[in-house]
Amino acid sequence: MKITLKVWRQKSKDAKGEFKTYPLDHVSQDMSFLEMFDVLNNDLVRKGEDPVAFDHDCREGICGMCSMYINGRPHGPLQTTTCQLHMRTFKDGETITVEPWRAKAFPIIKDLVVDRTSFERIQQAGGYISVNTGGVPDANEIPIPKIDADKAFDAAACIGCGACVAACKNASAMLFVSAKVSQLALLPQGQPERKTRVENMVAQMDAEDFGACTNTLACEAECPKGISVTNIARMNREYFSAKASSENA
Amino acid sequence: MKLDSKIPEGPLAEKWSKHKFNLKLVNPANKRKYEVIVVGTGLAGASAAASLAELGYNVKAFCFQDSPRRAHSIAAQGGINAAKNYRNDGDSIYRLFYDTIKGGDYRAREGNVYRLAEVSVDIIDQCVAQGVPFAREYGGLLDNRSFGGAQVSRTFYARGQTGQQLLLGAYSALNRQIANGKVKMYTRTEMLDVVVSDGKARGIITRDLITGKIEAHSGHAVLLCTGGYGNVFFLSTNAKGSNVTAAWRAHKKGALFGNPCFTQIHPTCIPVSGDHQSKLTLMSESLRNDGRVWVPKVARPGLKAKDAVAIPEADRDYFLERKYPSFGNLVPRDVASRNAKYACDEGRGVGSGLAVFLDFADAIKRDGRKVIEAKYGNLFDMYQQITGDNPYEMPMMIYPAVHYTMGGLWVDYNLMTSVPGLYALGEANFSDHGANRLGASALMQGLADGYFVIPYTIGDYLANLGWSDKISTDHPAFRESLENVQSRIQKLLSIKGRKTVDELHRELGLTMWDYCGMSRTEEGLKKAKTKIQALRAEFWENVNVLGSNNELNQELEKAGRVADFMELGELMVDDALNRSESCGGHFREESQTPDGEALRNDEKFTYVSAWEYKGDNQPEVLHKEELIFENVKPSQRSYK
Amino acid sequence: MNWFTNFFSSTLGRKLMMALTGLFLILFLAVHLAGNLQLLKSDGGRAFNVYAHFMTHNPLIVTISVVNFAFIAIHIIWAAILTRRNRAARGPVGYAVTNNSSSLTSRNMGILGTLILVFIVIHLRSFWYETHFGNIPLVDYDGSPVKDLFTVVDVAYTQLWFVVLYVVSMAIVGFHLYHGFGSAFQTLGLNHVKYNPAIRFIGVAFSIVVPVLFALIPILMFLDITIG
Repeated sequence: MKITLKVWRQKSKDAKGEFKTYPLDHVSQDMSFLEMFDVLNNDLVRKGEDPVAFDHDCREGICGMCSMYINGRPHGPLQTTTCQLHMRTFKDGETITVEPWRAKAFPIIKDLVVDRTSFERIQQAGGYISVNTGGVPDANEIPIPKIDADKAFDAAACIGCGACVAACKNASAMLFVSAKVSQLALLPQGQPERKTRVENMVAQMDAEDFGACTNTLACEAECPKGISVTNIARMNREYFSAKASSENA
Repeated sequence: MKLDSKIPEGPLAEKWSKHKFNLKLVNPANKRKYEVIVVGTGLAGASAAASLAELGYNVKAFCFQDSPRRAHSIAAQGGINAAKNYRNDGDSIYRLFYDTIKGGDYRAREGNVYRLAEVSVDIIDQCVAQGVPFAREYGGLLDNRSFGGAQVSRTFYARGQTGQQLLLGAYSALNRQIANGKVKMYTRTEMLDVVVSDGKARGIITRDLITGKIEAHSGHAVLLCTGGYGNVFFLSTNAKGSNVTAAWRAHKKGALFGNPCFTQIHPTCIPVSGDHQSKLTLMSESLRNDGRVWVPKVARPGLKAKDAVAIPEADRDYFLERKYPSFGNLVPRDVASRNAKYACDEGRGVGSGLAVFLDFADAIKRDGRKVIEAKYGNLFDMYQQITGDNPYEMPMMIYPAVHYTMGGLWVDYNLMTSVPGLYALGEANFSDHGANRLGASALMQGLADGYFVIPYTIGDYLANLGWSDKISTDHPAFRESLENVQSRIQKLLSIKGRKTVDELHRELGLTMWDYCGMSRTEEGLKKAKTKIQALRAEFWENVNVLGSNNELNQELEKAGRVADFMELGELMVDDALNRSESCGGHFREESQTPDGEALRNDEKFTYVSAWEYKGDNQPEVLHKEELIFENVKPSQRSYK
Repeated sequence: MNWFTNFFSSTLGRKLMMALTGLFLILFLAVHLAGNLQLLKSDGGRAFNVYAHFMTHNPLIVTISVVNFAFIAIHIIWAAILTRRNRAARGPVGYAVTNNSSSLTSRNMGILGTLILVFIVIHLRSFWYETHFGNIPLVDYDGSPVKDLFTVVDVAYTQLWFVVLYVVSMAIVGFHLYHGFGSAFQTLGLNHVKYNPAIRFIGVAFSIVVPVLFALIPILMFLDITIG
């Protein structure tokens, strides 16, 4: 099949970017979207042109590295990761526009590669249970109702790709942060630090200049792992009750 | 060079406890005076970095991804073994030890493997305490399943994403230490050399992948937790970024490379769809619990899955069930893989010719679509997303793919390589899986090394070294390393040839797959050696790497890695040539039983091959570490 | 008190303010509608005028009305602050192509809110200002003089453009409520598998019924139709 690619090219963080158009005429329907970019880059290198920089690693939909905004949607038209999107989803002759994630908290590094270390700092602010290696109770001494374990798992399925931020008109990170908060708030192991965790993670989220949630639910619709906005409601509850009752005056 | 595995004396079950007691300790107040460098942040690296920081050491951790959480441990699906015996089904530390030794076809050390089984139980406790959401039963306790043909249910799992959940657990522990200031984390930073001085590892040279800045980092010890080298085959189930560079650089600085030819080929992967293929996707082998593997009895070139439904039972060859009536479709990974290859070699492959069917029609008929959907729904969806075929209506097509490398840097019982102060953990070392790894054991080994082995063993080295024994980055050894790294990068950038890095990598991969893949012959391996040497020469004359060093330059990153793969590939071939027996994942066609099964040669090959680098274009020197079996008696595997 | 100001300057704290003030204004709408429906009574405006007199003279109600104005102001100011932050969060360059998976209403609460503000200004000028500062004739009900606000309204609704303005504005209010109602519960953290259907149903019903009834008043008065 033939396609036309419109790709955002930007040399570095502060350089001015622009769209470049690349016609591709030997695209197979069986290619993944990233393989199509491999083909483009191979062509570009042969022509002596700078290949398009893009993030990717596992290419099986779990590492959360790939991050393309395709035809106006994060990870493209299907609710999956970019690496799992295949060219058979597109029509022959289609023009496909590819942009990087756009958020103040995700500055562009080059072309389609953005800096998501703001997510790291949010997790470092409290996304853990403070246990040292060794000296922990036997695993089965902590019974957890299956329903809670399952809900915690649903939240833990987040791969940290940032599609929620990219999709949100406010570039809000609340789906991501709430998934992390929820996982640990739902488990008995997470209780001792429950209040400080949500207070600190939300504070860091705000410090990173993410927007506020206006409940448009675009994040949930685009999340490749189907993380639910019920997590945002839970984070709100956790935060309000922590603020009201924690000793952290 | 005399290889000393440092396996402690005494009864198997007491070795580790005795050893722990005999190891020197670092005074708690002195721990903060030591700096430990951890390269790689997968299960082994993240758990090691966090645990060492908790003890009080200062840690610098490095990963090439934008977050430690993205290391390829994250992609492990099936589960993690532990000898908890929560199911009351006869499991024990000894049984896990025995299964692992046997599964590795008696090419691993008893002492190491027993320790692995011993600490496996602590791993589960640790992960649960961190909040890892393992599967649970309605009573609230942990669920287990039997995995990879094991006779007991000892596998803990978190849906199909056990690797991700375990890594997130280790990553959260790491984050806590980053927040504490005990770990300094360097993301998007790649290690390009180990600095050795006075025969000890003193630090590393790194490249900042965004700015291209080459930097020196000095430390008292260096831990390589950099994963496996399956990407030497170009197509594998590894992440695109997975590479051998750190391990290879260490090898060239004196660390021996153990059993490089031991590669695991996983039978249930999605077949190659065309020349554009960039990686292969693994589907959990649990699929073989219900799927039946077959090809047509008579060759039907280009047979499509949707046309397979019409082929009558009588014209199908369920070759695994036919050849291995007692294990059937559940034979070990290497046997299943090899037999798929044979079927395709006979011309009976389907689709592109390099695929066999995995059929669920009978299972759906027997249990109903609902049951199958509950068990495999996500895998079926993934398959459909990638191939466009619906496995509920037609058989899947599968083909084996490179999945894991049992070989790696040679380490002693303390996980130290042959370079003092340089350690290798997880898939990067060769230690615990012998010639073949059991399902759900990779996660176990990575975390065992990081959480429960290295925190003890490193103390002994550091206590003996003393905190003042550290060199600054101005030392000539650092400067020399730094210059070497820089000139290599300049060389890569200056060639400006006609082939892209990927093209050359693909050629290497194809050669490796054809001659050093699922089955190997002396003739083929010799041919491969010549081909790889020629390819390597071509690489250094004809590769085209655009751009400069001072920017995000993904082609440059790839080029450096592929250059190392070229050298590693040759060593793998040398190792495969030397080992003229068949064992585990290594099948030499010259060594098989009359009915075509792998034939081990314990008399000649009960040893670990540890290769020593002797300089560019010099043949590597083989050292042998004899394996001693005091507790188990090696027996020939049989799945008939 | 540091924690308190911290809390209300956090994104979540500000959202909470939006939700709480929003819910209060929703309640206000219900009460306001109940009162206004008396305009349709065929009693020459008596019930409405008595009601209006009560609402402007009862000390509790007067206090609540001050709170109500304050909440409207907070709702607007906080919305402006959040919108500014949210715009900035996208970064210096926006997307060239967007293909939204969210509803048009949910994305445009700010625009809807601004239009509603314009309406409120006109509405207050026409009636609230007249009531308080205008020259409204008195009527005498059983010996107590009461301002004849009914007539002011009745006269205003003889102008077609004014009626159209009200009907259009009520449609806008309806869309604003359609997202706002459920959104407020989500922000408060009231998201529960058992109660979500009820919240959704009441939200949709409220956002249709209330504006429709509000809009019916000028239409019926324009057509001189009275009920009961």
